[in-house]
Amino acid sequence: MRLTLRVWRQQNPDAPGAMATYDVDGISSDMSFLEMLDTLNEKLILAGDDPVAFDHDCREGICGACSLVINGDAHGPERTTTCQLHMRSFKDGDTIDVEPWRAAAFPVVKDLVVDRSAFDRIIQSGGYITAPTGAAPEAHATAVPKPAADTAFEHAECIGCGACVAACPNGSAMLFTSAKVVHLNSLPQGAPERESRVLDMVGRMDAEGFGGCTNTGECATACPKGIPLFSITTMNREFVRAARKGR
Amino acid sequence: MALDTRTDRRPSFTGLLWHSTVGKKTAMAVSGIVMLLYLVVHMLGNLKIFFGAADFDAYAAWLRTIGEPFLHHEWFLWIARVVLLAAVLTHAVAAYQLSRRDIAARPMKYSHKRHRASYATRTMRWGGVILGLFLVWHILDLTTLTVNPRAASGHPYANVVATFSTWYGNVVYIVAMLALGLHIRHGFWSAAQTLGANRPGRDRVLKTTANLLALLLTVGFVSVPVAVMTGLVS
Ligand code: HEM
Ligand code: FES
Repeated sequence: MRLTLRVWRQQNPDAPGAMATYDVDGISSDMSFLEMLDTLNEKLILAGDDPVAFDHDCREGICGACSLVINGDAHGPERTTTCQLHMRSFKDGDTIDVEPWRAAAFPVVKDLVVDRSAFDRIIQSGGYITAPTGAAPEAHATAVPKPAADTAFEHAECIGCGACVAACPNGSAMLFTSAKVVHLNSLPQGAPERESRVLDMVGRMDAEGFGGCTNTGECATACPKGIPLFSITTMNREFVRAARKGR
Repeated sequence: MALDTRTDRRPSFTGLLWHSTVGKKTAMAVSGIVMLLYLVVHMLGNLKIFFGAADFDAYAAWLRTIGEPFLHHEWFLWIARVVLLAAVLTHAVAAYQLSRRDIAARPMKYSHKRHRASYATRTMRWGGVILGLFLVWHILDLTTLTVNPRAASGHPYANVVATFSTWYGNVVYIVAMLALGLHIRHGFWSAAQTLGANRPGRDRVLKTTANLLALLLTVGFVSVPVAVMTGLVS
């Protein structure tokens, strides 16, 4: 395959960036999108140019490190992560636009790499449970009802990649935050911090400069792990309940 | 290690709501539903125009007597006006503040553009602005009668006919009511999301209800100018 790439290049957080155009040849349809970018980078390095910086780690769709808005879609046209997106989803001769996640709370570090530590701070504010350390507890000590376990598991699938923020017209982190809140609030282990968790995590989310939810639904459409939009509905309910009860 | 004790004062319920994006949206949902309930009653009341001037004017006069003798003349109307004004202000201020925040949260647009959200969803902000301007014009036209071509106090039927005998009267009302339909189509379902009332099993029912409410209100309100234009009401 032969492709034309339009890629966002930006030297550092303060430099102005711009879209740069590159032609890449010899792309196999079995390559992943990141391997295609590796091919481009080899070419750039051989020519003595600066390679395109992008985030990646596991390359098997589980770590949440990869990002990229491809032709306007977070993680590209398929419902998966960019590392699991294959070039067979594109046609020979295509022009592909590659941009970083765009949000005030996710500043660009370089090229396609953005700083997602705002997510870490949201987790720090309440994405944990209080448990005594030491020997592992007896497995049957805390019974978890099957429906609660299913809900928790569905929400625990979130890999924190930030595609929801990238896709949302308001750069909102509601789907990420709600996935974490609903995951822990559904479980008996999460019950002691049920109220403070949702209040603190929403508070942190707002303080980081993410936008609000307008129920547009772009986040759930973009999510590679299929976190449902109802996750936000549940968090809204938990929030008002907690605000009424106090912490 | 010493554990810290929470000695800080508990923030109030309304304070917690108004100072968070989730809570502010809750205020929008509640105020939106208050206005929506009012509009359903208002639309049904307007349909009395089809029974003639005597009926319609008597209905308008009766509105002023609700609650008597417990309430003084027109007090009910003033209570309703205060509640509605509070709802409009809460809704508009929250919409303005949240919108500013939302726009600031995406300072750099994508160069590859695409539209996916529905038309109703994308037009909530401008549609809301149209509705706000319409409210001002509507009150100047049929409540204070400042801009009404007939301006006959105590004769609402004649004033309504006068409004819809001008081309601009018809255009303003019909455009505003189409905007209202779109606003409710997204707004009703959105409010259910915001208030945490939606569930996977209820989503279709809520979306259908939103569409029906939008259609009912738009058709009901628009039927009046159409009736005057076609001579059914004169
Ligand atoms: C003063 C004029 C108005 C303005 C500026 C305005 C603006 C807005 C905005 C910006 C939104 C949020 C849209 C979004 O989240 O995407 C909204 C939502 C909404 N509006 Fe309005 N609007 C106005 C009048 C009305 C009226 C007259 C009604 C009565 C039916 C109404 C009912 C609603 C409802 C139910 C929502 C959904 C709230 C939620 O999502 O929780 N609005 N409005
Ligand atoms: S690189 Fe780990 S999810 Fe894509």
